[in-house]
Amino acid sequence: MTPTDPTATTGDTVLEVEDLTVQFPTDEGLVQAVRGVSYELRRGEVLGIVGESGSGKSVTSLAVMGLLPKTARVSGSVRFNGRELLESGDKELSRVRGRGISMVFQDPMTSLNPVYTIGDQIAETLLVHNDITKQAARKQAVELLETVHIPNPEQRAKAYPHELSGGMRQRVVIAIAMANQPDVIIADEPTTALDVTVQAQILEALRTAQNETGAAMILITHDLGVIAGQADRVMVMYAGKPVEKGTADEVFYTPRMPYTLGLLGSLPRLDVKTDRLTPIAGAPPSVINMPPGCPFSPRCPLAEDICDQEEPSLEPGSNPEHLAACHFSYRVEGHAPADLFRQAADDPLPTGATEGEVRE
Amino acid sequence: MPDNTNSDVSPVPTRTSGPEKRTRVEREFTVAERSQAQLVLRRFLQHKLAVGSLIVLILIILLAFVGGWLWKYGVEDLTGDHSQPPSWEHPFGTDAIGHDSFAQVLRGTQISIGIAVLVALFATIVGTIWGAVAGFYRGWVDTVLMRVADLVLTLPLLAVAAVLGHNTQGTWWLIAVVIAGLYWAYVSRVARGVVLSLREKEFIEAAKALGATDARIIFRHLVPNALGSVIVNATVLVAIAILIETSLSFLGFGVRPPDTSLGLLVSQNQTAVSTRPWLFYFPGLFIILIALTINFIGDGLRDAFDPQQTKVRA
Amino acid sequence: MLAYSLRRLLISVPIFIASTFVVFLMAALSGNPLNRLLAISPPPPPQTIEAERVRLHLDQPIFERYWNWLTGLFRGDFGPSVESTMDIGNEVMSRYLVTLRLVLLAMLLALILAIIAGVVSAVKQYSGIDYTFTFIGFLFLAMPTFWFAILLKEAGISFNNAVGEQVLFTIGDSSVYVAGGAWDKVLDTAGHMVLPTISLALLSFAAWSRFQRAAMLEVLNSDYVRLARAKGLRRGQVMRKHALRTALIPLTTVTALDLGSIISGAVVTETVFQWQGAGTFLLEAIRKDDVYSIMAWLVISATVIIVLNLVADLLYGVLDPRIRYA
Repeated sequence: MTPTDPTATTGDTVLEVEDLTVQFPTDEGLVQAVRGVSYELRRGEVLGIVGESGSGKSVTSLAVMGLLPKTARVSGSVRFNGRELLESGDKELSRVRGRGISMVFQDPMTSLNPVYTIGDQIAETLLVHNDITKQAARKQAVELLETVHIPNPEQRAKAYPHELSGGMRQRVVIAIAMANQPDVIIADEPTTALDVTVQAQILEALRTAQNETGAAMILITHDLGVIAGQADRVMVMYAGKPVEKGTADEVFYTPRMPYTLGLLGSLPRLDVKTDRLTPIAGAPPSVINMPPGCPFSPRCPLAEDICDQEEPSLEPGSNPEHLAACHFSYRVEGHAPADLFRQAADDPLPTGATEGEVRE
Repeated sequence: MPDNTNSDVSPVPTRTSGPEKRTRVEREFTVAERSQAQLVLRRFLQHKLAVGSLIVLILIILLAFVGGWLWKYGVEDLTGDHSQPPSWEHPFGTDAIGHDSFAQVLRGTQISIGIAVLVALFATIVGTIWGAVAGFYRGWVDTVLMRVADLVLTLPLLAVAAVLGHNTQGTWWLIAVVIAGLYWAYVSRVARGVVLSLREKEFIEAAKALGATDARIIFRHLVPNALGSVIVNATVLVAIAILIETSLSFLGFGVRPPDTSLGLLVSQNQTAVSTRPWLFYFPGLFIILIALTINFIGDGLRDAFDPQQTKVRA
Repeated sequence: MLAYSLRRLLISVPIFIASTFVVFLMAALSGNPLNRLLAISPPPPPQTIEAERVRLHLDQPIFERYWNWLTGLFRGDFGPSVESTMDIGNEVMSRYLVTLRLVLLAMLLALILAIIAGVVSAVKQYSGIDYTFTFIGFLFLAMPTFWFAILLKEAGISFNNAVGEQVLFTIGDSSVYVAGGAWDKVLDTAGHMVLPTISLALLSFAAWSRFQRAAMLEVLNSDYVRLARAKGLRRGQVMRKHALRTALIPLTTVTALDLGSIISGAVVTETVFQWQGAGTFLLEAIRKDDVYSIMAWLVISATVIIVLNLVADLLYGVLDPRIRYA
């Protein structure tokens, strides 16, 4: 590896994740939180990662940042601008974090340190990565607050987090994320903890941040509605693995994996008249000591014997860029969610316990 | 599972083999139905230190109550062996006038454990009721009750116990009453906290919405859910009470001769620490062993009762 | 914040007065202060006994005695002692100064050790050093102060023998006569303080280090520490700037709450090391049924606790902006 500037441009791909696995040893057994995730993020694009809680989507991004607890066992490869991050030490990673790759977390109520003013907390990320004076950092912090549309930025910079609403605090976190003009912004469920009315504004602020910095963005969510209209490409995750990958249009309009179809069916839509939403019956599988086969098969209306024996790999369909992991992906194409999941919806929901889930 | 063999309902491509033909792999996280007590017991048994401590504590209790009764020497027997170091005849040695130290330590353990258990019992009953009432009714009742509890908590309780303990003339259960009369406040805070947090829980709301009476809510929902915290606290209180009683007896305001307690034994033998160390070390080690094992058991119980504990281990 | 503390204080005053009544009652009814006088042989003349009875207000009904005592407090009069030559006010104040020296120093030592042990334990969770500190914590939680203090006394004597000079003193709070100048006096006092301070500090250290570990762990697992790391701060920077600062906040509350048990611990420590402090003052008073001395000790202790609680509240306000603005 040649010692290069971490933010230097090396081709079109800014972040490349290959066969990433993450395991946590617990008292109950080995939790396989991420079981082989690969994706590449191109400069300036938005990649949406969708999945239920426990699907490993947040763990994936924390692994990229090198922020997993020490007990986690990580393998695979994460290359940022051609440079391997998984082998880097804390010192090198600290130079990448907040400057090359920055992050927005789920809960703005707890993301900011209660004992420092928000101005100080924005200035801090500037001071860590740049050789500037405190006054300059503070001035820049105020400008950043203005960029994310916080009214009276001059005064707000002197406020403590508890004096701001959740939406305002998330704007502050976004301001922190964009402060050093990063190449990648990872937004992990940035709107989940917020009121519906504020969600659109936060997505807008993220857009602003992305446009201002020219960064590529990974938008992680369990809500397909958040992805729609934001993401260029989408990756659907289930039980620690990508089960479908493609452009947003392909995944939304011609899904090839029953789980994706199920997710779409549980989403309210205005453009199509539906009598009722179709839920996916059952609960996500335990990721401890997983049996062989497709993890979705217990909930899948298409499941057959082979699904319990062999886990399908990601295979391209008619479009080589549109991958799906399903033995019967050809049977999914062209169907509405209700066709597949209707019977499931008419049955009473099985009471599945979710105790073994990895907390997101 | 949905029955998908009914293919005339929809034109969907259905599975070719019905679920009855397939041997399904159990993949979803299933939990066999267990009672709360079984779950707690199972988790407690996984806590090796706590289980080991429980065994040691039971052995100490058996030794004190059964062994003390069987042992050939009584507390006040003068054996004729003076200042003997530990031997088979006198496992813990003898003092200057010939008392068998083993018999004394066992008697002291009996008294100390007896007082501590009684303290935990009294304090738990009073404190739980006090705190539960405060938490359940809130408002000014809560304010007054908890200000009283707070005040008791801020006082130097051991010293106040010494003032009050002067009246007990060494009667062991009265000493327990005095200590419990001061330490209930700890329990009341915990009980109040539990009740307050439970009040806000959905299942209580649901029970209220369904028209359950106050009594039903208290006995069917609050009490079983608060039980864990109360048991854990009562356990820890036994350890605290052992230390308080022995300190009180050490200062001369707890158990008095001719009866004895582990604290009194240490007090009587403090000058012997360099000349006849066995007289000083054995009662002290018993205090530490009892308090230590009880604390470990309390720790194990806390983990067993609290399912939200972190499960990640190195 | 100050207003909140003062309001809390104001509610406590009536409750405290009520509790003094209870203690007064218990103390006054527990024994007869004249017993010692009556036990003298040959018995003193009845006039002497009667005079003593009047001097100690034993001729008044109990409620009147309490009322007179309470109102006397506001005039700075603590009431008559069994020891006719002793002025309770002067005696309890000078004794309490000795005790405060011990208590404050022990608290400081305990806090420093607890923060170090708690933080190291949390940062190196489940490591050998964490298990070691955890074990030490549990051990000291289970150790009676008096037993440990006696052990320390033994260790001090061995140390002196090894050095061949009396460096550490095991009896008393200071020497009656010290040759030399002011510096020798300071050395003498310090030599007397070492062992009792350690003995008293280790008791609180056990509980506080466990608490600090839990607080630190909570902060280390918090979202804002993760965000600080995501901002590019190094592990050490995050510890210093974010984790430690916030993890100290709850410790101030716990420290204030534990004041009572530290003062109790001081009573035991003073007994073992035979200090002329407030603790031994109290124990003497109890043994002599000296009701007014007992009450004086209680009032001064409560005052000390209240003042230190106020200090803790103010400190909390400085550390935590959420409280400051509330």
